[in-house]
Amino acid sequence: MNIGNLIKIAINSLFRNKMRTILTMLGIVIGIASVIAMVSIGQASTQSVHEELSSMGSNMIMIMPARQHRGGVDMGMSSSKSLDNKDLESLKNNTRYVAAVSPNVSTNKQLIYGNNNHSCSISGVSPSYLEIRKYGLKEGVMFTDDDVNKYNKVCVIGQTVVDALFTNGESPIGKTIRFGSIPMMVIGILEEKGQNGMGDDQDDIVLAPYTTIQKRFLGITYFNMMFASATSEEESELAATEITYILRSNHGIKSGASDDFDIRTQEELVSTMSSVSQMMTVLLAAIASISLVVGGIGIMNIMYVTVTERTKEIGLRMAIGAHNRDIKMQFLCESVILSLIGGVIGIVLGLIISYVASKLMNMPYVVSETAIVASFLVCAFTGIFFGWYPAKKAANMDPISALRYE
Amino acid sequence: MAKDILRVEKLERVFRVGSEDVHALRGISFSITEGEFVSIMGTSGSGKSTLLNILGCLDTPSAGDYIIDGVSIGSLSKNELSTLRNRKIGFVFQNYNLLARTTAIENVELPLFYNNSIPAKERRERAEAALKLVGLENRMEHMPNQLSGGQQQRVAIARALVNDPVILLADEATGNLDTRTSYEIMSLFQDLHNQGKTIAFVTHEPDIATFTTRKIRLMDGQIMEDAPINTQSAAEALASLNNQQEA
Repeated sequence: MNIGNLIKIAINSLFRNKMRTILTMLGIVIGIASVIAMVSIGQASTQSVHEELSSMGSNMIMIMPARQHRGGVDMGMSSSKSLDNKDLESLKNNTRYVAAVSPNVSTNKQLIYGNNNHSCSISGVSPSYLEIRKYGLKEGVMFTDDDVNKYNKVCVIGQTVVDALFTNGESPIGKTIRFGSIPMMVIGILEEKGQNGMGDDQDDIVLAPYTTIQKRFLGITYFNMMFASATSEEESELAATEITYILRSNHGIKSGASDDFDIRTQEELVSTMSSVSQMMTVLLAAIASISLVVGGIGIMNIMYVTVTERTKEIGLRMAIGAHNRDIKMQFLCESVILSLIGGVIGIVLGLIISYVASKLMNMPYVVSETAIVASFLVCAFTGIFFGWYPAKKAANMDPISALRYE
Repeated sequence: MAKDILRVEKLERVFRVGSEDVHALRGISFSITEGEFVSIMGTSGSGKSTLLNILGCLDTPSAGDYIIDGVSIGSLSKNELSTLRNRKIGFVFQNYNLLARTTAIENVELPLFYNNSIPAKERRERAEAALKLVGLENRMEHMPNQLSGGQQQRVAIARALVNDPVILLADEATGNLDTRTSYEIMSLFQDLHNQGKTIAFVTHEPDIATFTTRKIRLMDGQIMEDAPINTQSAAEALASLNNQQEA
């Protein structure tokens, strides 16, 4: 029998049992739709994490002092005091791939203005911090290198701090806030950035010259950490290598000994975050594909019932000249058509679900071509795999007993 | 001399049931020539169904030879038998065996689907012609459940005719029908016979057999009787039935 007739016969018999056909299809529809939706939502969240991290500065490099062990006791992360002014100067002057560098010393203080107070972390940085972390200024100005050199008591604050301290709508610029006992003048307000990928408020921030924090607040000469930016995202690995080399030579570390600092590029962070959400995607897809398997078994079940129910039809078809192969192909065709139509509906439904989900969760809408192609292939495979055995059973029937079957 | 449509020689069929051999057919020989209308009679267990299955190429003999339209089926594979059934044989069953929820014309078209040499247009035309032949030209798009038993059997006959077989094999084709409808169907068979069709008609009803031209009676796997009979006209029988009812 030719393929056209085969498909016609299969479609005819599927149409003869519309309700059963639809219900059987439903299993595949749900399976495929959930796989598509899950993969799409997973990829969307990966992408949104990526975008989030890029907004923090995609070529950012973090330099932290290494963990320190004293007498066998781990002193915790960033416990050593290995980063200092000498490192800052050499990173500023002796590098090719480092565009900007800023130290970071931080402390927690109670901020007081009038009747309001707010507890937050104060970061002592250099003016290039804005560029490195991709912060913009909404009002006022950033402090300058001159402010840094003179330990000036000036600061730039984020919107959350503004909202907490300046409740009656006055402009904070030029006002003096007390940081515990130390008064500092507000000279700029940062543009809002919202939450980062981890849910931290990026606007709950106070920036001040690092020297001010070092000398006036903490009385230290080292840095808690340093931020640098590579000349481009692609060159951040090169920049990291360069920084490693300079810091090792500055700190007099012999070859073979381990670094007394840690360097993290944004790329690593992105890949860590991505791998987490990719794992989630795979996990979700795996759960969703269980329903696909269940759908496939549904098809097999129905095909079995169909074959038994249509024993007489099979006998008749054989009597009027159908070859065993024709019978097998007919039932196989039915299950493949069933699963392919179910698959197409499932893909459309999955895309709709992921579109709605992306709107609701405020995420980018990602259409995964791979998932679509893969689930289409899975559909065809499901149809063949789960249709094969019932079809074989049908084809192996003896026409005489099939005709007599009641 | 008309040519032989089919010929069986020393046909035997043995079934193995458990450890016992059951001889359904014990070496029977006969031939049917073109244009004959043969009834094959016998009680249940006489071997008539087994014979019909072999004549219909659904089964192969354990011993002996069966030649249909010049082809010996003993050496044929399953697929070759299928093709042979498709081209040379038309089946009519007791319970019609129409596909449910499928129109009359689609049911009639069915055998031609398994013949690749027939294009869709010709398939339709031949099915229409066959339905006309059995008098159902205005029931073509009806579903089986919208047709009476007699009409369903007519559709089945049209389906058996559509591939222009060398022989029509009817298995108790009137078994599910009342007397009147049986006579109508037999009248149709007689018409077909008059148009030159060769028909083998398996039945256990003696009055149905009287409408054929030759009777082969089986008992215990052997031919007890094989003789031409004085053929009655089914149309006349139908007419007298009507008269009786009116009277």
